[in-house]
Amino acid sequence: MLGLALDLLIAALVIGVALWTVRTRDDFAAIVGFVAYGLLLTLAWARLAAYDVALTEAAIGGGVTGVILLRASIRLKPVATARKPIGARILVGLLCAAISAALAAVVLLPMTPAPSLAIEVRTHLASTGLGNPIAGVLMAYRALDTFLETVVVLLALFGVWSLTPDAAWGGRPAMAVPAAAFGPLPLFGRLLIPVGIVIGVYIVWVGADAPGGKFQGATILAAMWILAMMAGLTQAPSIGRWRLRLLLAAGPIVFLAIGLAGIPLAGAFLAYPEALAKPLILLIEVALTLSIAATLGLLVAGPPDVTPGVEP
Amino acid sequence: MSLATLDAATLYGLMGAVLVGIGLYGIVLHDVFIRRLLAFNLLGGGVFILFGVIARRGAGAGFPGDPVPQALVITGVVVAFCATALAITLIERLAAKDEASDGDDHS
Repeated sequence: MLGLALDLLIAALVIGVALWTVRTRDDFAAIVGFVAYGLLLTLAWARLAAYDVALTEAAIGGGVTGVILLRASIRLKPVATARKPIGARILVGLLCAAISAALAAVVLLPMTPAPSLAIEVRTHLASTGLGNPIAGVLMAYRALDTFLETVVVLLALFGVWSLTPDAAWGGRPAMAVPAAAFGPLPLFGRLLIPVGIVIGVYIVWVGADAPGGKFQGATILAAMWILAMMAGLTQAPSIGRWRLRLLLAAGPIVFLAIGLAGIPLAGAFLAYPEALAKPLILLIEVALTLSIAATLGLLVAGPPDVTPGVEP
Repeated sequence: MSLATLDAATLYGLMGAVLVGIGLYGIVLHDVFIRRLLAFNLLGGGVFILFGVIARRGAGAGFPGDPVPQALVITGVVVAFCATALAITLIERLAAKDEASDGDDHS
């Protein structure tokens, strides 16, 4: 009963913050509302016993998305817009409520028995050498999804870089907060970054057998890098450096190479020979962690805006 | 088919349904790109939660939830972030371009 009261409170808060995010007149307030929404959703995921997803939502949905939205709020000027006429608002509201009602009906009238692949996952999990079923799904049963996802992450960075102003091509993103040099941010960075790196690596490592994994851990590592760049402790790299590009592509390349090797060795693309499943999965995870952390960090940093050779 | 019992999964399922409606409302009614993007992500959060409810109801074999939809949501959250990052950069670039052409008009 107490549990259900807690769930009710979380659900009410999430809906309240979502309404605030849509309704407020102030764009910056909407961004702050969205960050709060991401963090509250994390609680909902934890209450649904999906701890891996809760970690992902906390790190990505509430964390890095928030940083990138704040970047936008600094660069975008507020635009004054008039509210839509009341008739339009009521009509759209009613239509959206109808869609919500249809989805609610699906929730209230579930299929019995509930569709589930849990038993199949349990049956074959031992052959992957992993203890965390979600890592098993991501790295073995649905490895193709995960491979394509890592390519999508890289493609998004290509898209961001392709929006570079001509003059800045080959340069680096300016990340440091100008007033940061003597403020509390560098101190905060020096204290937090070593701890954050240890936690990030731990979450990647423990993901094989417990909630965690490469996406969550890589996001924490990326966040530490972003903090170092914002505090002026390090500079964002020039996007033209070939070593950087190799690092970004290493994860998908290793994944693809091991996947192709699976055709002669295990009979299918992205299949692992059973004896080597765990070491191969670990190798892919390490390469992916480095690439994803670097790519996420550069996605947040945005396109280069410092002309190569010109220091501000 | 029978009515679902009122448990955490049902409650969060209803929350997800409401979030989809709120997000859609924002996408349709906002003129400012960044607000539309936020509303789109609100909608996405609702869809992901509905996946989580399906996963929770599929609990079995000693797992607290069906790991397959949970893994799909993890993939989805990462891809949604990438799309958001690209969209934000597009919006920023568009704003910078508008600003530059406004400057030309006054000169």
